[in-house]
Amino acid sequence: MLSVHDVRKTFFAGTVNERVALNGVSLTVDEGDFVTVIGSNGAGKSTLLNTVSGTIIPDSGEIRVGERDVTRLPEHRKARWISRVFQDPMKGSSPTLTIEQNMAIAQRRGRSRGLSRGVTRARRQEFTEELKTLELGLENRLGAKVGLLSGGQRQALSLLMATFSAPEILLLDEHTAALDPQRAHHVTEITERIVNERNLTTLMVTHNMEQALRLGNRLIMMHEGRILFELDAEQKAEATVADLLAEFRKLQTVAGEPALDDATLLETARSAEPVADPSRGVTGGASTGGSSAAGVAPEGQ
Amino acid sequence: MIAGIELGLIYAVMALGVYLTFRVLDFPDLTVDQSFTSGAASAAMVILHGGSPWIATVVGFVVGGLAGLITALLHTKARINGLLAGILTMTALYSVNLRVMGGKANLALLREDTVFTPLREAGLQGTVTGVLLLLAGVVLVKLVLDWFLYTDAGLAMQATGDNPDMIRSFGVNTDGQKILGLCLSNALVGLSGALIAQYQGFADIGMGIGMIVVGLASVILGQGIFGSRTVVVATLAVILGSVLYRLVITVALQAGLNPSDMKLISAVLVVLALVLPQLSVFKRWKRRRTLRAAQEVQADVSSSTEHPVTAAIAVPSARRRA
Ligand SMILES: Nc1ncnc2c1ncn2[C@@H]1O[C@H](COP(=O)(O)OP(=O)(O)OP(=O)(O)O)[C@@H](O)[C@H]1O
Ligand SMILES: [Mg+2]
Repeated sequence: MLSVHDVRKTFFAGTVNERVALNGVSLTVDEGDFVTVIGSNGAGKSTLLNTVSGTIIPDSGEIRVGERDVTRLPEHRKARWISRVFQDPMKGSSPTLTIEQNMAIAQRRGRSRGLSRGVTRARRQEFTEELKTLELGLENRLGAKVGLLSGGQRQALSLLMATFSAPEILLLDEHTAALDPQRAHHVTEITERIVNERNLTTLMVTHNMEQALRLGNRLIMMHEGRILFELDAEQKAEATVADLLAEFRKLQTVAGEPALDDATLLETARSAEPVADPSRGVTGGASTGGSSAAGVAPEGQ
Repeated sequence: MIAGIELGLIYAVMALGVYLTFRVLDFPDLTVDQSFTSGAASAAMVILHGGSPWIATVVGFVVGGLAGLITALLHTKARINGLLAGILTMTALYSVNLRVMGGKANLALLREDTVFTPLREAGLQGTVTGVLLLLAGVVLVKLVLDWFLYTDAGLAMQATGDNPDMIRSFGVNTDGQKILGLCLSNALVGLSGALIAQYQGFADIGMGIGMIVVGLASVILGQGIFGSRTVVVATLAVILGSVLYRLVITVALQAGLNPSDMKLISAVLVVLALVLPQLSVFKRWKRRRTLRAAQEVQADVSSSTEHPVTAAIAVPSARRRA
């Protein structure tokens, strides 16, 4: 379904700010696969998703959707097959347009937009049915401007907008990270349901190890622009959060950096995990994430 | 007074164009100053060469659209900053317009047939019937614009101004939308120019100077007073704003100010319209409205019962991007 072959991307190449974001990433995602992507800040997860979606054109390598080579297509031409939900809840919908108008825009994803009426009675009926599945009561507020919704409501709407027109590939980049734990949990539940019901081929970036293990049938871990390791469905079922954290720890010994990154943050967040490593400064402030399902890492972009 | 209303209605077509770029596309387009003149000049030339005034009007529309196209291409293809792209086109068009007018700074149409001749001959110009006929014409333009903005293509254009990242992710080429929007906007501006030239009986090389401020004044004034909750309301507000603006000018002239002071008055009006809403009195009122909207949302979160939201979006203040 989706194949990424030896994709490389360097930002500000040839300057002092040179940043290798993707250093030869290859990945094949089969139809119906739900791949969770983890990795520390700056590992290249977002860049990977951005090259797939077309927001960033890779320096080299190849990206295929099915048999089509889409490596150099701009974002708007890839939208026919690829749909995405942004991390920022404000980014996935148009605030001055109404819920139904946003849905109408989403319904024509990747297709030509002509001079027929955007919101018709028939379409409105369809939107109502779709919105009901969110169980947020949005179906009663079709004419309300999206800018009036809360972040959680907007993100749930974005998710529905990205998925109800049956994309071939769905990209989720920490789409619950900007929400409070409760809302994040809710949006995660909706994600799980939608992806399963529609059997969507999905790439989901998350900083939440527990979520990364629980959701989907495959897991990849990235570090410094590469895919470090991959777990298939079987391995994933057996892996624990502790295993993943151990992997993170290995990285740090290799890199020799006393970083306070996701792994560390998670350790503090999970008091159940007795990981004592005095060499790493664990601050009390980092425990605010609690043991809830919310992503605990602050966004580094 | 009546003349002021008539002018206001014709200029409203230009203001609708300004609304399309500044508000819908969120693009600060300064082409307007000269695309207005281009519309007027080309229409005048067609009439002076014996063409039908209706064809002349259409030519004004098309020529205005071409002016917009140039700005759009400079911005989207040559990647020139939008503001600068408009200024460049505007500056270049000044020379082009002079060429079009055969090197003359002024073209008189007084003895020519114009689209307003039938009105004048029937003795309707300057009467209420005349105003109503003009109003009907402007409302027609408004309705077409409303209709367009509610189509699939129009929604994409609205979203382009609102959230370009989002609309790209749904497969819309935002550059294409900007090109289309700028063409359409300046076509309306050119149309307005063609009509004004015929209405006042001449085209002048300087007639478009400051037009963007007039357009903005109409949009901001109108939407500040009459709101902009939906496209239908917003475009109506623009028309009313344009008429209101002309009436203010008429009153100012009657109060003894010079026609040459009008640019100053326009600019002051825009400044007032932008600053007044920030004053405490207005702010309190605005906060109340926002608060009410927020409460309705809250109510919806706690209970997902049916809740017809009629919440008004906060008082429209000009988008400050430029
Ligand atoms: N648009 C850009 N311009 C310049 N550098 C960028 C850009 N996008 C990403 N980078 C750099 O590329 C590297 C990888 O960034 P990326 O956003 O892909 O990481 P990430 O894995 O998503 O991290 P996070 O967990 O913080 O979101 C980082 O060093 C980042 O600074
Ligand atoms: Mg990221």
